[in-house]
Amino acid sequence: MKEQKNNKADVILSVHDLNTWYGDAQVLCNMSFDVERNRVTALIGPSGCGKSTLIRCFNRMNDFIPSFKLTGKILLEGEDLYSTTIDPVEVRLRLGMVFQKQNPFPKSIYDNIAYGPRIAGIRNRDQLDSIVEDSLQKAALWDEVKDKLRDNAYALSGGQQQRLCIARTLAIEPDVLLLDEPCSALDPIATAKIEELILELKDSYTVLIVTHNMQQAARVSHYTAFLYLGELIEFGLTDKIFTNPGDHRTEAYVTGKFG
Amino acid sequence: MISTDRTRKLLIRQKLGDGVFQVVAVVGIVIALATLAALIIDALVDGLPRIDWKFLTSFPSRKPAEAGIFSALVGSVYLIALTAVVAVPIGVAAAVYLEEYTNQSSRLSRIIEVNVANLAGVPSIIYGLLGLELFVRAMRLDRSLLAGALTLALLVLPIVIIASREAIRAVPSTIREAAYALGATQWETTRDHVLPLAFPGILTGIILAVSRAIGETAPLITIGALTYVAFVPDGLLSPFTALPIQIFNWVSRPQHGFHINAAAGIVVLLAVTLLLNALAIFLRNRYQKQYQ
Repeated sequence: MKEQKNNKADVILSVHDLNTWYGDAQVLCNMSFDVERNRVTALIGPSGCGKSTLIRCFNRMNDFIPSFKLTGKILLEGEDLYSTTIDPVEVRLRLGMVFQKQNPFPKSIYDNIAYGPRIAGIRNRDQLDSIVEDSLQKAALWDEVKDKLRDNAYALSGGQQQRLCIARTLAIEPDVLLLDEPCSALDPIATAKIEELILELKDSYTVLIVTHNMQQAARVSHYTAFLYLGELIEFGLTDKIFTNPGDHRTEAYVTGKFG
Repeated sequence: MISTDRTRKLLIRQKLGDGVFQVVAVVGIVIALATLAALIIDALVDGLPRIDWKFLTSFPSRKPAEAGIFSALVGSVYLIALTAVVAVPIGVAAAVYLEEYTNQSSRLSRIIEVNVANLAGVPSIIYGLLGLELFVRAMRLDRSLLAGALTLALLVLPIVIIASREAIRAVPSTIREAAYALGATQWETTRDHVLPLAFPGILTGIILAVSRAIGETAPLITIGALTYVAFVPDGLLSPFTALPIQIFNWVSRPQHGFHINAAAGIVVLLAVTLLLNALAIFLRNRYQKQYQ
């Protein structure tokens, strides 16, 4: 990680003066930070601090909330995600999201993975087959499901379903993977598997992960952002945030004094 | 001692309340069921012996013993099918628009919601007058099958819309989010996920609407459907009659034989309605997808 500091950091996502509101209630205030390519960035903070709102800004999922307002910029490789000339559908193809609660479609495992590629226009059987296998391999689920690709996804365990959701997101080949508390509904063993998976993906994907679990942030991330009451209190290398935080609120939170 | 004066008094009051409520509830259900039973038994006793193959396949006649229900039965089936063909696409599309494409909390959306619910309660004869003016006269469809079906379609549209909206609303938002996050457009999300998951509920609404339409008499009489039809409709613009009209006609005749025919007609109408309901339950159970 040292050499990263010396070279100019390779920034993929850049947040500038981000402010958001739900109706009159401001949720995020003056937030600015950069996300480095092929690194894992964790967003931590107590409930209600705006972590989920922030991560949903990246793939424009907040657009569905009528009272949502946003000012400032989020740049993906220099292009503003909220520019009027950009279609939110395109944004979502480049920044894939996995949600808190595993949400497979009530369809077969195969159809869950193939859905994204299909609506993107891929109809060729062989091509779909290889995308499905490839995505399941990357999500470390292939060996468990390769003989039952036609089974309903709901027959899988909670942890398997969440890995299926990750595989489904990988199938659309996003540049950035947004994980919104992906382990909050899972038991410790399933959580360990997802964390293992994140560590495997971190060399080839830029990952943003919201988590409530500080050990998880410490284990999987390179960078950590600490949010409190809608403000970005501290952003830096995970090691530093956890061992030598610059703000007393960060210290209080990571040492478990509140939150 | 567990029971004290205070707890005992309290208990007596509670028990009394319990008992009174139970009696009221039982009386309510007995009255409801007894009425239904009386109705069905009365119709069955009078009508069932009259029903045979000949009754089902004969045209109406001046002589009660030779009269049959064929043209009314076929007319009703055509009418209902046509009504569904018109009302279902419009109703489902309206429901999708209201649920998926408008801002739920907006004033306009709430006004529409209240008014659709109101329309469901408008007396059917009003729809008959509307149909008479709009379809029969302004559009010159005359007293045709098509005019009848369009009128009934207007009548059941609110039922289809309300049931479809409820079914669509019951689809978990996490499924929509999953589709959007994979780059689906709003229409793709609706077509591939929301509508298939809402299908069993929409189907229930459709059958409810059809069951309502099949028993409607007033709007059809208002638009001038015939009561004596000795032929089967041969096209959209053909004159027609329907089961409830035939029954109404027979009931109003003085001869006792026609009253028996009316009872038999009621049994046929009930059978068709129950059959439709059974079909709805069967299809719903078959297509019901399990999602947490």
